[in-house]
Amino acid sequence: MYDAGKIIPGLVIFLCLFTFPFWYNVANGKASQRPELVIDAAEKQCVESKEFMRIMHMDLLNQWRDEVVRNDNRVYLSTDGSKHTMSLSNTCMKCHANRTQFCDQCHDYMGVTPYCWDCHIQPRESK
Amino acid sequence: MLEKMMKPEELAKIDHTPPIRGWMDPYVKFKKGAWCYSAAPKNLKYLDLPNPREWSPDQENWKLPENWKEIILDGIRERIEKYRSFRLFMDICVRCGACADKCHYFIGSGDPKNMPVLRAELLRSVYRKEFTPAGKYLGKWGGGRDLTIDVIKEWFYYFFQCTECRRCSVFCPYGIDTAEVTMHVRELLNLIGVNINWVCEPAANCFRTGNHLGVPPHAFKDNVEFAVDDLKEITGIEVNAPIHKKGAEVLVIVPSADYFANPHYYTFLGYLALFHEIGLDYTFSAYASEGGNFGLFHSKDMLKRLNAKIYAEAKRLGVKWILGCECGHMWRVMHQYMDTINGPADFLEEPVSPITGTRFENAATTKMVHICEFTADLIYNKKIKLDPRRNDHLRVTFHDSCNPARAMGLIEEPRYVLKHVCNHFYEMPENTIREQTFCCGSGSGLGSDENMEMRLRGGLPRANAVNYVKEKHGVNLLACICAIDKATLPPLLEYWVPGVEVGGIHELVGNALVMKGEQERTTDLRGEPLPVKEEDSKDV
Amino acid sequence: MNALRSLFESNKKAAITSGVVIVVLLLLWAVGWLSFLCRGIFGVLIPYAALALFLGGIVYRVVQWAKSPEPFRIPTTCGQQKSLPWIKTNRLDCPETGWGVFGRMALEVLFFRSLFRNTKAELKSGPRLVYGSEKYLWLGALAFHWAFLIIVVRHLRFFTEPIPSFVQLLQSLDGFFQIGVPILYMTDLIILAALTYLFLRRVLDPKMRYISLPTDYFPLVLIIGIVLSGMLMRYTPVKADLVGVKELAVGLMSFHPRIPEGIGILFYLHLLMVCVLIAYFPFSKLMHMAGIFLSPTRNMANNNRKIRHVNPWNYPVKVHTYEEWEEEFKDKLKASGYTLEKE
Repeated sequence: MYDAGKIIPGLVIFLCLFTFPFWYNVANGKASQRPELVIDAAEKQCVESKEFMRIMHMDLLNQWRDEVVRNDNRVYLSTDGSKHTMSLSNTCMKCHANRTQFCDQCHDYMGVTPYCWDCHIQPRESK
Repeated sequence: MLEKMMKPEELAKIDHTPPIRGWMDPYVKFKKGAWCYSAAPKNLKYLDLPNPREWSPDQENWKLPENWKEIILDGIRERIEKYRSFRLFMDICVRCGACADKCHYFIGSGDPKNMPVLRAELLRSVYRKEFTPAGKYLGKWGGGRDLTIDVIKEWFYYFFQCTECRRCSVFCPYGIDTAEVTMHVRELLNLIGVNINWVCEPAANCFRTGNHLGVPPHAFKDNVEFAVDDLKEITGIEVNAPIHKKGAEVLVIVPSADYFANPHYYTFLGYLALFHEIGLDYTFSAYASEGGNFGLFHSKDMLKRLNAKIYAEAKRLGVKWILGCECGHMWRVMHQYMDTINGPADFLEEPVSPITGTRFENAATTKMVHICEFTADLIYNKKIKLDPRRNDHLRVTFHDSCNPARAMGLIEEPRYVLKHVCNHFYEMPENTIREQTFCCGSGSGLGSDENMEMRLRGGLPRANAVNYVKEKHGVNLLACICAIDKATLPPLLEYWVPGVEVGGIHELVGNALVMKGEQERTTDLRGEPLPVKEEDSKDV
Repeated sequence: MNALRSLFESNKKAAITSGVVIVVLLLLWAVGWLSFLCRGIFGVLIPYAALALFLGGIVYRVVQWAKSPEPFRIPTTCGQQKSLPWIKTNRLDCPETGWGVFGRMALEVLFFRSLFRNTKAELKSGPRLVYGSEKYLWLGALAFHWAFLIIVVRHLRFFTEPIPSFVQLLQSLDGFFQIGVPILYMTDLIILAALTYLFLRRVLDPKMRYISLPTDYFPLVLIIGIVLSGMLMRYTPVKADLVGVKELAVGLMSFHPRIPEGIGILFYLHLLMVCVLIAYFPFSKLMHMAGIFLSPTRNMANNNRKIRHVNPWNYPVKVHTYEEWEEEFKDKLKASGYTLEKE
């Protein structure tokens, strides 16, 4: 092998960069952690199914915001026919009262920083 | 030759749209005027090269050795081991097409296989088929092609339509250098005796006599003495032009055309005048009477065989360093190869200009200085007296020769000299000079007569740029620092841009050089009358 | 009639190619289903195998290159050399020192310096050749590569726990305009635009179509597929359950693979295409990523006459020595008055 003095360090850098997640996770030892959601359930059923809410809640909240702010419509008709007040603080937070133990669990895990709390006052949390 | 050619307007009708037929099926039509004659057996025999025989590219049977395929594949294998660039340049091309319209041959011919990318693909496809899993198992879908006789013919046709000018490599995002690929393929073709005479004959001549033109030592001496006489007629000064002077300080290496052909000869007169005026202690050599090296267009072995005499002669004569004159590919060899193949030149000293005391640190190990560096230094230090008005009849443009520009970076030195020896200097458009300069279209051993049409096509971009400055500024002289340029640009310009002559930088230096004790000059170095001198009040 | 026929012929290749693309996409969809059904293989085994091929393959290929020396120092000089002290040197395009080379390589790798020079030659009547600046290829290539890099780094949020701050920073920059929910990443638009340009360029320009091989279309189409499937999962209702995706990814990265439920087939398709891409990488032209660092016309300094370059396999060749030459021309040399060595 020629120019080993340059090529081998180059390859080492390449391998380090491309295996970054492996040794990063090993070093931090938190790979097995996963979100633990705590719900103070006042209701039995969320406005939509769990499967729907898991991936679509952001779209739903966006839709709610637009309806309320732009159309002055505060009533949400759910798929199962039930009606709900479109409000993050009053409807959602009734059950999902604890931001840290609910919202942030997944958001932090996924590195998502929603801007809900830019406008909404964050509810006081009970530990 | 030119009379039988198509008219320029006809030749310039070029269609750059590729044909319907794809390139993967090897197919080549040997169009008259586009290929060079095969190497004569006597030249191959003289150089101990394989498969000397009478053959012609346009005939069906190329009389290849029976195991030609094995020879080529072994040759590829050997080169993969020897050159990192071989495999690398085969592997990493993404066919982005940036190089496509950078090649003068593609611009001038419209033949898609003259796009550098496709030229290289002609070899790449075989490499993929034989040396990579993709080509081996996927065949055409993996970009692989079988090595057949037709592929060999295609290689011959298209790799002798590449002048190794490296313009494409300037634009390639990975620096893939088609000149390297061409060199490899030409080496491979040599292994089975497929070569052109215009490369092999000069090489054989050079090996025997010391120069490409086959000028024997007595004729060399006559030519030099003839030049001394001519110079005396023009300047009234009899200069001394030593040959084989032992213990001289500097060995001067010129391309052989300088003392043999026009318009090179006037540049040679320029050197003689300059060396005399500054009192340089130098010597020519008949044994090393060639700076150029057609071995570069043949194989690395031939390159080394022909180049060996330079250092050997410097050693024999006991000079301190070497001064190399105006030549393009010679300087690719001197700059990028000589020290590696035939060095170290530890018997020489780091070049120091005896006139200015300038130390040429950039030539510390090779110990060879380009004459434009040398003269620019003289002018900068005001060691020579110049009267640029003597070139007032000339409106000059400068053609960067491929190798000094793209393999040396010798760009400002010749311009600096030019600006001091003539009053009317005009640059050609930006995209056609410096590192983006266009080839004369006849480099790398393709400056032959039988491929004149291809040369004219390849020279179109250069000629076109010359035409631009001719129309805009009335340019009537193209200055250059390359012997092949000086040989091949005159017919090219006569065809495309009649009325523009070709000359060397040191011809203009010789014109402008005010020599101690010279008679009043009535003609320039070409013997053309000088413009009538105006009032003395204009004296500097 | 002829025009029609030539149109037909020239479009045939494109039509075949598009047909192939469609079939491949359908096949991919089927494969997506398959991979969803066999999640254990497609979620764990194949990613590991692909990554191993990617890393091992690249190292193998680089070592393969490195086994051969670069016998000559052959930089392509694209500017003024260093010669006389009063002539300004172009340190980056014609580097004379190691640092200059470093700078040249950095410009080349990070900003595609050479491609930036790109021009377009046009032959007008006269004949008159004109050269226009042609920066679209540079722009498209640069946009694609940078967007790709940013997207890859952004994806680290799936592979790391906790997420490093530079990844957070990068994604907040990428989503700076806060359009929509989930926030639209600029790089997603950029890469899609760049890929579309690069693809159309290949298909529509007759010269490009002529030089393009299946191996040129394949990675391009594959990456388009990866980008589209990724964007579908982010911006449309066929979203993936990201927490599940991250569990899978982190599991892989910590050698404790788990297959969470609830990740859709689109994700498995996305993953599979990525695996194909990285497994294919070392055996394809994509190796230009590593190759550019080894390119001798760019990574060597133009100091040829100052520092000797050694060719490790330099061997003696048959030369015509002065003595042989003198012997051959002895009579002529004598007759014209040369001094001979052997007298």
